[in-house]
Amino acid sequence: MNLPQIVQYGLSGITVGSIYAIVAIGFNIIYCCTGIINFAQGEFLIVGAMTAISLSHVVPLPVAIAGAVAITTLLGGLIEIVFIRPVKNASVLRLVVVTIGLSIVIREAMLHLWDEKVRSLPYFTGSAVSTVTILGAHISPQVLWVLGVSTVIVTGLTLFLRFTLTGRAMRACADDRMAARLCGINDRWMVTLSFMLSAGIGALAGCVISPVTQTQYDMGAPLAIKGFTVAILGGLGNSMGAVAAGLLLGLLEALVTSQSSAYKEVVSIMVLLLILVFRPSGLFSRSDVSALRMA
Amino acid sequence: MRTKVLGILSLCLVGVILAGSGCKKAPPTPAPKPKAQTPAPATPATPVKPATEAKPAAEAAPIKVGAILAVTGGAANLGGPEAKTAEMFVENLNSAGGINGHKIQLIVKDSGSTPPQAISLAKQLIEEDKVLAIIGPSTSGETMAIKNICQEGKTILLSCAAAETIVNPVASYVFKTPQKDSDAARRIYQTMKDMGITKIGVVTSNDGFGVAGGKQLDALKGEYGITIAANEVYDAKETDLTGVLTKVKGAEVQAVVNWSIVPAQSLVAKNMKQIGFNVPLFQSHGFGNIKYVQAGGEAANGTIFPCGRLLVADVLAADHPQKKVLMDYKGGYEKQYKEDASTFGGHAYDALLLLTEALKKAGSADTDKVRDALENLKGVVGTGGIFNLSATDHNGLDQSAFEMLTVMDGKFAVYQKK
Repeated sequence: MNLPQIVQYGLSGITVGSIYAIVAIGFNIIYCCTGIINFAQGEFLIVGAMTAISLSHVVPLPVAIAGAVAITTLLGGLIEIVFIRPVKNASVLRLVVVTIGLSIVIREAMLHLWDEKVRSLPYFTGSAVSTVTILGAHISPQVLWVLGVSTVIVTGLTLFLRFTLTGRAMRACADDRMAARLCGINDRWMVTLSFMLSAGIGALAGCVISPVTQTQYDMGAPLAIKGFTVAILGGLGNSMGAVAAGLLLGLLEALVTSQSSAYKEVVSIMVLLLILVFRPSGLFSRSDVSALRMA
Repeated sequence: MRTKVLGILSLCLVGVILAGSGCKKAPPTPAPKPKAQTPAPATPATPVKPATEAKPAAEAAPIKVGAILAVTGGAANLGGPEAKTAEMFVENLNSAGGINGHKIQLIVKDSGSTPPQAISLAKQLIEEDKVLAIIGPSTSGETMAIKNICQEGKTILLSCAAAETIVNPVASYVFKTPQKDSDAARRIYQTMKDMGITKIGVVTSNDGFGVAGGKQLDALKGEYGITIAANEVYDAKETDLTGVLTKVKGAEVQAVVNWSIVPAQSLVAKNMKQIGFNVPLFQSHGFGNIKYVQAGGEAANGTIFPCGRLLVADVLAADHPQKKVLMDYKGGYEKQYKEDASTFGGHAYDALLLLTEALKKAGSADTDKVRDALENLKGVVGTGGIFNLSATDHNGLDQSAFEMLTVMDGKFAVYQKK
């Protein structure tokens, strides 16, 4: 294997890794605020991309994407208000099952709205055939967009959660909902906000990856599995951890592909199982800390 | 405590999602409808003239023909045009007086793209409706599920699905109209040979279509002096194939063959261009839909693939034997349904064409006589090619049924050697 080939595998790993990371971040936001895993996260990506594709026929691309993000954000909020909030005696388990049901409903609705055909957004810069050369390896300029947008999302999110009042209020809800309520935080709206935020981020992610990965109504579930793996691997609720774990899993997959591509899925599911059994707190958090937090 | 719950829960979820992923292409369908939709069409949008209604008693009894097609579900892009085509065909036939004085009564059933549904519909058609023949199903999996049922029920099956195993080994009552996988592989290899290509990479998806194609490519490579230097299988739902293609590129091949359906077909083309892998890309006959080309954008230009001639009917020489039947079918379909005709609809057209030719030849609607006549049909010009059936060949098409096509500026064109 020569240098350009190694770089090429590396870039391929980084590309898929950053896609996984961006899905994982969506999981994290909702987890942070509510303690539940939203298994409809993959569907948010596809709804966002599909909406943007439909809008892009009538308005310029940036407007279409902004519109799609706005619509999906509202959809996320609506879903929370209609399906999550009214659940009585909401245990984590019950809410997670609700999100699985939601993912199926959204998927079927998309099948009816947009049929089963594969679509994709146009490339943001260049076209399907343009490449950027790095150390003898080639990547699509869209991949740079994916990387750039993931970076912006992670940074923005971290700043939001650390330094704004609303962000802090969301984290407070995650830590101790009763205490947060005593401090005058409207915890219900914080949960709604977390769904809106993760739907919006999901939609943006879906739009950015659409030119590369293409978009089909049932693509959400496979993406969600990978995103979930990464979220667990990086430690639930840890956005920076998700990015590192995403890149790690992406590179691992690229490494397996360089040997035998048929085993790629096997390896990533193995990773998920191993991490769930042996280190459910993730690679980057100390297990005693998270045990305290989760107790 | 929550860690544990989360762990167990997640394991269950992964199980559920993985188990679901196998059948996610086929959304659940309602239980079999107890009543036959005679003779109403399965597609609500279709305006059907009462041509198939029973006529005054003086007329001969209609010949019942069933159709099990994937009108809904994952294979709806196949079954939809097939059902519409079948309805159009029968309507035209009946308004022209039917066959041997009999009208055809078409009973279309929607399989929802699922083999279990196809099985119960086949039993229903054979035992309750007592049809002469069944058109369909649309996919290979469904066809294989009902192959034996039709054989044992002595009902002619004219499948619209591709897999070679449908007619090999031959079951005496089972036929199929789409071209063979092996002939597609042969055409690809022949084209490569003409281009002087000997060392290739093969990438296939891990679904039924990809696996079957991969086997054919592997079995036939020796005949054409081709070496497969890299052979990679990828997940059918893959969203990035640059890793796989990097490996193939590393094997320094002269061309790549991809055998899959959407969405990977377009993805391979895009990813190859992205990693600067500029050797010719060959695709299977599954690429024959302009929508896939649009999904691939600029990257799809230059793709070479074997396909039936329906897609290039307009540019076919006027004296080509298939020109008339193709233009008639395409024109009729596009006029009636206001959408592009596809090769899939063509398969249903051919199935009904073979059946009606056999009925004419047999001069009766006796199942065994029609079956014998079917087996001896020669030179029937259909949309998929010219059918020459025999007791050992229940498909009747050969390599000449395929034309090598390419994509130029986002449109299909006949491939010409440079």
